[in-house]
Amino acid sequence: MKLNELTIKEAKGGLKSKKFSSVELTKACLEQIKKHNKDLNAFITVTEKEALDSARKADDLASQDQVLEAKSLLGIPIALKDLFSTKGIKTTAASNVLKDYIPQYDAAVVKKIKDAGAIIIGKTNCDAWAHGSSGENSDFGPTKNPWDKEYVPGGSSSGSAVSVASDMCIASTGTDTGGSIRLPASFNNVVGLKPTYGRVSRYGIIAMASSLDSIGHFTKTVEDSALFFNVTAGQDKMDATTLPNPVEDFTKDLNKGIKGLKIGIPKEFVTSDLDNEAKEKFEETVKTFANLGAEIIEISLPYTEYGIAAYYIIQPSEVSSNLARYDGIRYGNDRSYFGDEAKRRIMLGTFTLSSGYYDAYYKKAMAVRTLIIKDFNDAFQKVDALISPVCPTLPWKLGEKINDPIKMYMSDVLTVTANLAGIPGLSLPIGFIDGLPVGMQILGPQLSEVKLFQIGYAYEQATQWRKQKPAL
Amino acid sequence: MNNEPLTINYEPVIGLEVHVELKTKSKMFCSCSADYFGQKPNTHTCPVCLGSPGALPVPNGKAIDWCVMIGLALNCKIANFSKFDRKNYFYPDLPKGYQISQYDQPFCLKGFITLSNGKKIGITRVHMEEDTAKLTHQGENSLIDFNRSGVPLVEIVTEPDFENAKEVIEYLKKLQQIVRYLDVSDADMEKGNMRLEPNISLREITMNNELLTINNLPKYKVEVKNINSFRFAEKAIEYEIRRQTEILSENKTPVQETRGWDEDKQKTVSQRIKEEANDYRYFPEPDIPPIRFTQNQIRQLADQMPELPDAKLARLIKEYNLSKYDAEILTREKEMTDYFEEAVKVGKTFKINPKQIANTVINKKIDMNNILPAELVKNIVNFKKTDDIDENKLQEITDKVIKENQKAINDYKSGKVQVIGFLIGKVKQHFPTADSNQIKTALEKKLK
Repeated sequence: MKLNELTIKEAKGGLKSKKFSSVELTKACLEQIKKHNKDLNAFITVTEKEALDSARKADDLASQDQVLEAKSLLGIPIALKDLFSTKGIKTTAASNVLKDYIPQYDAAVVKKIKDAGAIIIGKTNCDAWAHGSSGENSDFGPTKNPWDKEYVPGGSSSGSAVSVASDMCIASTGTDTGGSIRLPASFNNVVGLKPTYGRVSRYGIIAMASSLDSIGHFTKTVEDSALFFNVTAGQDKMDATTLPNPVEDFTKDLNKGIKGLKIGIPKEFVTSDLDNEAKEKFEETVKTFANLGAEIIEISLPYTEYGIAAYYIIQPSEVSSNLARYDGIRYGNDRSYFGDEAKRRIMLGTFTLSSGYYDAYYKKAMAVRTLIIKDFNDAFQKVDALISPVCPTLPWKLGEKINDPIKMYMSDVLTVTANLAGIPGLSLPIGFIDGLPVGMQILGPQLSEVKLFQIGYAYEQATQWRKQKPAL
Repeated sequence: MNNEPLTINYEPVIGLEVHVELKTKSKMFCSCSADYFGQKPNTHTCPVCLGSPGALPVPNGKAIDWCVMIGLALNCKIANFSKFDRKNYFYPDLPKGYQISQYDQPFCLKGFITLSNGKKIGITRVHMEEDTAKLTHQGENSLIDFNRSGVPLVEIVTEPDFENAKEVIEYLKKLQQIVRYLDVSDADMEKGNMRLEPNISLREITMNNELLTINNLPKYKVEVKNINSFRFAEKAIEYEIRRQTEILSENKTPVQETRGWDEDKQKTVSQRIKEEANDYRYFPEPDIPPIRFTQNQIRQLADQMPELPDAKLARLIKEYNLSKYDAEILTREKEMTDYFEEAVKVGKTFKINPKQIANTVINKKIDMNNILPAELVKNIVNFKKTDDIDENKLQEITDKVIKENQKAINDYKSGKVQVIGFLIGKVKQHFPTADSNQIKTALEKKLK
């Protein structure tokens, strides 16, 4: 096995037992990037020099056992979505507006990851400003799906998902405002976590829609996802919306199994709108859960059908305000550099917030949001977690939906409600259809990540879909 | 334009928006120093107050407490549930493209200030927001200093309850005194930490069958900016009342607009014509969770507040048997009252009565920073002693001064009574600790 194919856990083991060095591990990843990034376009910036410098430092530190214990990502190459501010390293949000912008500070999570000893290997491509479900809205060209380069990898965290799926790094970060981690994870056969809103600091991450943005990550396994979350979760004094709850060891219940757990299937998520093959795949998954001893219960989330409408009012409203600072006075490039999708959302949001329309749109959408929260609260009175497909369709061909924004928006129909409710979701592989990956999401109440990892791990161990790799 | 008295057909309707900058150590939403005055430009900045991509605001708890205290001091109701909102508009001094302010749920609502004539000026709301950066224009270029960006600002909005400039000035002085008593702002107009924008219009009053009819609020409103002293405020309001009266008496309606006071020209000039209200697209600030106050928290803040000017005035009159006039002077600044009360305490042991101390503090313009209250009392005591002993000496010196200053004496006798001050000074050279009144009496007796 090549070093770049390792998981966090495996890489940590190898570094500890001195089977290889961080420099070797980092070089293996850089090698893979050099080989395939041209085709896949997963990275906007590769920080080769900085990465190798950090790797050398990590190797020096690794000689001390206490450091190895304390720094849980010591020497592990990580890629960052290009929305995460990195001091001294270009951070573009995949938009031409910021194509030359170099932040003067690190995002809180970047600091945490660096403090844990991780090697920042580069900044990944995404839909510009995280606006999109396919990765095609990047001003730096679309990222390709490594399972079939004719297909989209899902978005907006396209490059982050692809960089993990194609072993260009060991793990990567992403943001999920309406499904931007869970969807690309499911299109790439990797594990993606959208944490509880406020569990991970948003400080320093270029905002899309502030009340919805969740800061998460992509890994190769569920266990890695929990290990990574151990580093990123927690209250931050720089983000007033972070939760004060103490951080536990998120790996603690991995081996508990799911016997006796109540798993809900939201009937509004599994309808005739779902792609037939995807539906069959999901039904197989439900059977696996039953075989593992879970009690399967059908659940209703009646307000689901209003989710996408509410989301496409609240989100553009916040987007229109968050993008106002790129007014051409600073950052070099003016508003004419915004792409079509950003312009569309700025106009939508400006409209829905305007006086005379605010009550009919924004206020109403916020009322729907409250009802969706109630839907989930009611459901979690009855079940420990919900499982559902991530996307109503399989990955689609590049260009297929680019001129039909509504069709594109509908690909988020199963993911946006979790963002509106602020609950966590874990996306993981459930198999393949015609060689393209399919995923599911496990949703739980706020702060239930330990349980999501427990459930996800049990399923992953029983199926091992993750071991399949794309032929690049 | 003439300066004749106003025609009685119109009655001014004036409302006021006052911004008070708080003197917290740090800014409203970040830990940068809020002390920007006279600092090197762009030295008190960070990603938050520069509005850098990804930066987030974290509210300053002290500033919120102080805003609530101002509300309490202005007899406002404090909201149990409050939130911040984004006010969206583009201006180069606004780095985020929006200002964090409060829209429909401010911290404090519905208060009042009572003027000396007993009239209550209604306070509509008191809310918290952030200051903008400072623009300086140099020829073709505009420079932005972000040191002021994010400094905590409290906005106090009144009902349109003022009828003339005099009321406005009294209100402003009271407000200034209150925030200084609370020690939450220097409220210095010249430094810009107290800013005001009056809204001025006139309504018709018609006499119909000897029945006075006051029409509703006028259909237009003129906002005046660029006022950086109370004196300017008075002049600008009076000017506007005259200007609008003139327009109205020609049966025309003044334009709804923003005007600026031009001190050189002694008039207001049009700055911006508001055709319709600006649409700021307010919505709840998603980066800051709503803020809840319990009754207990509000009570604790009230307990922390010092005695306020009105209460202090009443107490001084009652407790020390002072005249309203004296008490008013003594309470103008909190430091002066404290000084007075400290001196009264010491004076008690020497049997000096408060009235005497009040006279000394008021008439002698004591340098409070350099003469301790105890020292002041000692001077009064010493003066009393020497006074008794040296009556003859005083007579002697007075005669001498009169003899040596015949020109002044002639002036005095011909009606220029103010030269008495010069003569008092001459006598005082021999009695540095003496009470001027004593000398004055001695002189006047001789000059009769």
